[in-house]
Amino acid sequence: MATVESLGAFVIGGYLGPIAIIGLAILPAAASARVAGRLVRISLLLTLPIAISVVLVSVFTRAGVHVLFSIGPFDATAEGVDFAGQTLVRLFAISTSIGLFGLTTEPRSFVLDLERRGLSPRFAFIALATLEAVPAMVERASVIASAQRARGLDTEGSVRARLRGVLPLVGPVILSSLTEVEERSLALEVRAFGRPGRRHLLWRIPDSGTQLIVRAVLLLALVAAIAGRITGTFPSLP
Amino acid sequence: MLELTGVSYRYAGYATEVLHDIDLRLADGEIVGLVGPNEAGKSTLCLVASGLAPASVGGSLRGTLTLDGTPAAGLATHELAERVVVGFQNPNTQRSGIAATVFEEIALGPMNLGLAVAETVERTREAIERLKLEHLILRDPQRLSGGQAQLVGIASLLAMRPRHVILDEPTAQLDPAGTRLVGEALRSLAGTGTSLLIAEHKTDLLDGLCSRIVAIDGGRIVIDGPTGEVFDDPRLTGLGVERPARARLAAALATRGVEPGVLGGALEDATR
Repeated sequence: MATVESLGAFVIGGYLGPIAIIGLAILPAAASARVAGRLVRISLLLTLPIAISVVLVSVFTRAGVHVLFSIGPFDATAEGVDFAGQTLVRLFAISTSIGLFGLTTEPRSFVLDLERRGLSPRFAFIALATLEAVPAMVERASVIASAQRARGLDTEGSVRARLRGVLPLVGPVILSSLTEVEERSLALEVRAFGRPGRRHLLWRIPDSGTQLIVRAVLLLALVAAIAGRITGTFPSLP
Repeated sequence: MLELTGVSYRYAGYATEVLHDIDLRLADGEIVGLVGPNEAGKSTLCLVASGLAPASVGGSLRGTLTLDGTPAAGLATHELAERVVVGFQNPNTQRSGIAATVFEEIALGPMNLGLAVAETVERTREAIERLKLEHLILRDPQRLSGGQAQLVGIASLLAMRPRHVILDEPTAQLDPAGTRLVGEALRSLAGTGTSLLIAEHKTDLLDGLCSRIVAIDGGRIVIDGPTGEVFDDPRLTGLGVERPARARLAAALATRGVEPGVLGGALEDATR
């Protein structure tokens, strides 16, 4: 759904297409998942840095005949404002669709479902281990920080003092993670991780017939929109 | 049967061998304890007996490891895993790091073997029951205490239902109750014909569990015999191995002229 919505916003173009996708597909879905507020906040925050550069570049460098105002050698044109506006709604549609996916999908379930659908178990392991690595390293850093504090390291106070306190932790955190790698890989081999072939996963994500139909319809609509764009038969939306 | 014949092993990049001319045979259903001072080569022997050294660890091996008559040298690591498993002393490195629950963590090995879901679930449940981990099955494996993680690590190995189990200090982080639990689980596993080699500093556990004790020092087997005889052997003290409470108490009684036999089974009961 996120893929179709993102590509759809890009392909359909104009203002109406992306706004329709946001208003008719993304926000209702987010509301039903009770994440609409968080989704809008996160998407706005994610889009903001790109939006600023898009506005600056498009408004002042886009060639156009209707000059609105000038700053030094740069002319802000109506065509540039229009292009920036269209780009912004596309960006917002893409970021909300990806954000909705992130907020409503548990990463572990997603990766294991991909494995069920044919992804290599090795690749699935790498993806899952990467997801797990961050909290594990944060926890390890916290243990090492406690040990260092017990030996007099000052990690409190001003930003400068905290930074000074963080530096001595970096080495032990990375080194201790690396030294465990060999034993961890051996432990995995003992549990037949290297065995070729597929494995039977213990559970599957519920996937109803309705969901399947919705996905198929969305995909067909996307393919039709792309085909329409390529052949020039797709109507140009405002 | 697991058999090491004339085995010497050298780690990659090292000039000298860590193990020298090891001959060791584990019969089906036999539990053998491995003792020795630090850096005697116990962990290396565990790696070699499991086939991981040199197959995965590297290094060079002289001599042979055979598993039920099949030379281990010709087996891929996943084929080794179907025959022999090894557990390490650090429970943190035993965790796969990808399982959301203890149940999934224990099920990972059988799942990797390509077993049907029903078989995986059955093996997992059996391992959980053996180590009485029912109350932990929905817990995040990263949120376990050291002892709990060690039990989960052992359960993960038992769920593979291997013919041979090698354990390197399996109770290092366990309290006495946990240690007893592991002892009972291993004894019952041996009852199914699985052979076990257990490297352990807690000689009280080995005393009640093993039929044979092997002591190594400097990479060589220096004592190999029935548990009672080895733990009464005065050479053990010279190796820095603490004899089990039963053996120490019996020796203390003997120095005072008391024959331990007069206590009947009370000595064993008190030190068990």
